[in-house]
Formats: sequence, C-alpha cells, structure tokens
Amino acid sequence: MNNETSATQNGSTGNDSIIAIRNMHKWYGQFHALKDINLDVVRGEKIVICGPSGSGKSTMIRCINRLEEHQQGEIIVDGTELTNDLKNVEVVRREVGMVFQHFNLFPHLTVMENCTLAPIWVRKAPREEAETIAMEYLERVKIPDQAHKFPGQLSGGQQQRVAIARSLCMKPRVMLFDEPTSALDPEMIKEVLDVMVELATEGMTMLCVTHEMGFAKTVADRVIFMDGGEIIEENNPQEFFDNPQHDRTKLFLSQILNH
Amino acid sequence: MMNPPAYKPGEHPDLPPPRSTIGPIAWIRTNLLSSPTNIVLTVLSVWFLYELVPAALEWGFLDAAFTGENRDECREKAGGACWAFIGERFRLFTYGFYPIEERWRIDLTFVLLIVALMAVLWDQCPFRKQGLIFACVFPFVAGWLLLGGFGLTPVDTDEFGGFMLTLVIGVTGISFSLPIGIVLALGRQSHLPIVRVFSVSFIEFFRGVPLIALLFVASTMLNYFLPRGTSFDLLLRVLIMVTLFASAYMAEVIRGGLQALPRGQYEAADAMGLKYWTSMRLIILPQALKISIPGIVNTFIGLYKDTTLVIIIGLLDPLGVGRSSLSDTKWTGLANEMYLFVAIFFFLSCFGMSRYSLYLEKKLATGYER
Ligand SMILES: Nc1ncnc2c1ncn2[C@@H]1O[C@H](COP(=O)(O)OP(=O)(O)OP(=O)(O)O)[C@@H](O)[C@H]1O
Ligand SMILES: [Mg+2]
Repeated sequence: MNNETSATQNGSTGNDSIIAIRNMHKWYGQFHALKDINLDVVRGEKIVICGPSGSGKSTMIRCINRLEEHQQGEIIVDGTELTNDLKNVEVVRREVGMVFQHFNLFPHLTVMENCTLAPIWVRKAPREEAETIAMEYLERVKIPDQAHKFPGQLSGGQQQRVAIARSLCMKPRVMLFDEPTSALDPEMIKEVLDVMVELATEGMTMLCVTHEMGFAKTVADRVIFMDGGEIIEENNPQEFFDNPQHDRTKLFLSQILNH
Repeated sequence: MMNPPAYKPGEHPDLPPPRSTIGPIAWIRTNLLSSPTNIVLTVLSVWFLYELVPAALEWGFLDAAFTGENRDECREKAGGACWAFIGERFRLFTYGFYPIEERWRIDLTFVLLIVALMAVLWDQCPFRKQGLIFACVFPFVAGWLLLGGFGLTPVDTDEFGGFMLTLVIGVTGISFSLPIGIVLALGRQSHLPIVRVFSVSFIEFFRGVPLIALLFVASTMLNYFLPRGTSFDLLLRVLIMVTLFASAYMAEVIRGGLQALPRGQYEAADAMGLKYWTSMRLIILPQALKISIPGIVNTFIGLYKDTTLVIIIGLLDPLGVGRSSLSDTKWTGLANEMYLFVAIFFFLSCFGMSRYSLYLEKKLATGYER
C-alpha cells in the first residue's frame, strides 16, 4: 500500500483536470439519485448544468464539496479524493466555494463579518488582512458601501452578490453555483449574472446549475444536460442549443426556450 | 370635485399629524373605547381595580402594623397586615441559620455575584474583559466564602437557608444547566449513535421524572448506592439533581432553536470548511440560542421557582423558614404576610429575568429576515 496522500496528490486524474468524477453513484435510501456520473473539469473551465426539476443537478454539485455523500465511485478535487476522512473533506471545502439559491448568508453577522469569517477561522488569516481582502471583493461585486449592514437589510440581488464575495474571500479554485438567480426578481437577476460573467472572464473554474440560457451561451465552455440522475448529453453551447442529440434534451430545450 | 393641490409637487412640507390621532384622549379612544367589547372590558377592569386596589392598600399599608413584639401587639395597633413579623424574621429569611458573625461572607458573595452578573449580562459593562474572567472564577470564590475553610471558619451546608439558599440553588442550576443543555441538544443531533442514544436517554429520563422524586432520590436513596461510610453533602446532591433536571428541559428548548434554523445555515457553514465546533459556536448556536431565548428564560424561571421544592427534603428555603416561623407561638396565624413576602421576592427575581430576556431579544434583532 502506498502512501495515500502522495497517491492522490499525483492525481490519478493524469491531465489538468481539477475535478474528476468517476463512475459515481448516489442513493437517498432506496432512491437512486445519481447514476454512474463521469465528469472531468479542466482548470478554468466553465460548465453549465441544466435539466428538469428533480434530475439530480443539485445533488451532483453538492457531492463535489461533500454536502452530500456519494456511495460508489470516486470524486477527486484538485488532487484530493473525497472519502470518509474528514481531513480530505476539509481540504476540498477550503478550495471549493459555493453559492446557494437562497444565499444562506448568516443573518446575525454583518456583511463584513460574513466575508471574513472563513478566512479568519479556516485560513487563519489575521483580521485586518481578511478585512482588506473582503473589501476588495465587496468592491468587485459593487457593494462596498453595504459592508457594515446586516444581510436582512439588503435586497435579494445584493445578498446574492455578498454571498459570491463571501465565497471568493476564501480564494477558492472552483466555484459551485446552485441556481444562484432563481430566487431573485427579474430586475435583480442581471446584477448577479454580471458579477458571474466577470468572474468567468477572469478565469475562475465554475460549475453552474442554472436555467439562464443566455448566461450559458455567453460564458459556458460546456453545457451538461441531466435527467433522471444521469448525464444525458454534454456539448459546447453552440452545438448543445442548435443541435441537441437526445430526445429528452430537445424536449427540455423546447420547454425552456418557449416561454 | 377635487380640491386643487395646496402645494406644488415637490414642495410639500412636513406637517404635524391630525390632532385627533395624538394625545391622551386619542390614546384612550383607540385603546380603551374602540369597540363595544372593548368598552365592556374597560368598565369591568376599572370596577375590578376600584374594588381591589383600595382594599389592598388598606390592608398592606394604611391599616398595617410595622412594629410590635408579637402578633397580639400588632392586632392591637391595626387591623391589617402585621409586617413586624417579617421585620423580626427578615435576617432569618435572608441568611437562614448561617452563623451570625459570619454573615458578612454572604453579603460579600452577593456583591461579587452582582459584579459577575453585570459582566456576563451587560455588554457595555466597564472592564468587561476582566469582569468575564472574574465571572469564571466566581463559583470557586463563592464556594470558598460560603463554605469556609482555607482560613475561614467552616460552615456546614445544613446551616444554609432562606433567600441565600434559593440563590445558591437557582444561580448554580441556571449557570450549569445552560451549557449542559447545549451539549445535550447538540448530542441529540449527533451523527454518532452512541452520543445520540446517550443524550436522548438522559433527556427523556430526567424529563420524565418529577423533580420531587429526584430530590428524594438525592436525599435518601443515594446513600444505598454510595459505598458505606462515604457520604456527600446533601446540598451538593440537590444542586446536581436540580441542574440535571433543568438541563433536560433546556436541551429540548435549544433543540427547538436548532431545528428552527434553515438547513442552509448548516450547509453554508459546512461548505466554507468550518470545523464542527467552530460552526456551532459562531454560526449555529448564536442563532439557535437567540430563537430559544423565551424558552430558555422560561426554563430558568421554572427552575428558580422549583427551588422551593427542597423544603420537602428538609432544606429551609424561604418558604421553609416562613413555615417554621409561623409555628412560633408569638407569630401564629400570619400566613398571609409570610406568603406575600416570599411571593414578592420570587416575583421580583423572575420579573427581572423576564425583562432581561426582552431586552436581549431586542438587542439581538438584526434587521428583518427576508
Ligand atoms: N435529502 C434527500 N432525501 C431524499 N431524496 C432527495 C433528497 N434530496 C434530493 N432528493 C431527491 O433526489 C432527486 C434529485 O434532487 P435534486 O435536488 O438534486 O434535483 P435538482 O435537479 O436540483 O432539482 P431542482 O431543479 O428542483 O433543484 C429528486 O428526486 C429529489 O426528490
Ligand atoms: Mg436543485
């Protein structure tokens, strides 16, 4: 048996992939929620995941930072395999940021405290340094003036931008987005998407569950379509939208584009 | 026909509200006389107060005797309450049977308790940091002062009594049941089956048994379980039982708060890579405890009042002191005065806790949730 860390760090991934999912299965009790998922994500790649409700999109990206546990197959994130070993889970979570549909800001902490919490407690950064970095990212998402308010005092769009800044403060290598705009009013969707587009152009690796097809067309390198817990089809956005192969993809696209 | 606007758009000044909506008359109209039911209720309340307040004042103050050697002297002076009784027994009510020349130790402990409480409860308190450190050593200082030893005359816990006993049991129970309750509530949610089973059994056992039964166990049965010849202090056993009993309730109150938190809070904390205890301490518990404040204070108040149950195993809390004073032939028949006096003491303490909890809730409110 060779040393586990060295084995994982050399990466059975071989190429430049930062995320490698191999033959991964997930069950909720008896329910087979993810079936034989295989996915390689290259550094800097932007992937949009779409599919009907209940198809397992959230479950899949939540497996990547182990908010959900998979039961079979392997997930390797930046050279660390996700196992029951809590150390590995911590390592992965440090490098993977996540933005939720319902923001999940901490309502008892100010925006600034929300942003500095993880750098201070997980990265052990000094407070001043953490605050400088937080301010930088709050400026990037265009809400530096809200830093000392509580999340409850902000609009939905502002809250989601804070949530993005909060994740970025950890300087993650990968960002996961789970329907970041679907709890927002239409006029706020754009301000959040703008931030995400900017992040994409800066070269962040992004996995994004979203039904914003405009966003998919402009930034995605690859679009993945899921249904019934399987990856049905994946392609570059042009091919995906103009020339879908699978019937279920066609049906889904016709439903989503025709309303 | 519409009136022409009085001001040009954009130039409307701030005007005072209409007269009929402010002032005492308006207040009475909207709050006391707004509907027929409301009028009936108001009239009934006024009548009730009219009957009650003068009579109570008469009995308690105007026609009350404040001095006198015994009950008969009181009765000669006035027909109302005989407060001379309370006056004579006041020290007994306060200090129990604590040796008279050592009572300064109780006074000092009480003053130190106030200092420690100020530091813990009031976040603007001057020298708060030092105060909090002091609050951590306070239990030991208090134990030393009250029990003696190390240069002080030892005092047996049999001699504890009165309000001082209430405070000892109440404050100990309150300050230990909260942390134990937190740990039990977290244990009940643990992923480790052993921890979970232990927490659940503990909670269900202590919640399912009357406190009186626990106190009896503490006072008598424990002797059977302990090795012969060893014994530990009755008061200590009572403290342990009261604390464990309150912890079980506390755990359930806090579990309610933990469950009221949206799952997203746990997930966001996890996704950031926070360790379990860090995320509990910084994210989950501050919010869960805030939600649970009313229930927590409710449990505190319950515990505080339940301290009177120790009377049945022979400890003399204020009610015990009062009952034994009533059997003194000088003061027989003054139960009203005694119970009222003890009730006022408990009411003030509990009312204080309830006010503080309201203050905390207000202070911790951070804008509105969306
Ligand atoms: N904790 C759970 N326990 C049991 N079943 C679950 C759980 N979470 C999700 N599921 C089931 O797993 C399937 C996939 O759920 P998932 O949330 O990943 O779907 P989704 O593609 O994100 O859908 P949506 O677009 O509605 O968010 C669904 O059928 C759902 O009912
Ligand atoms: Mg989902």
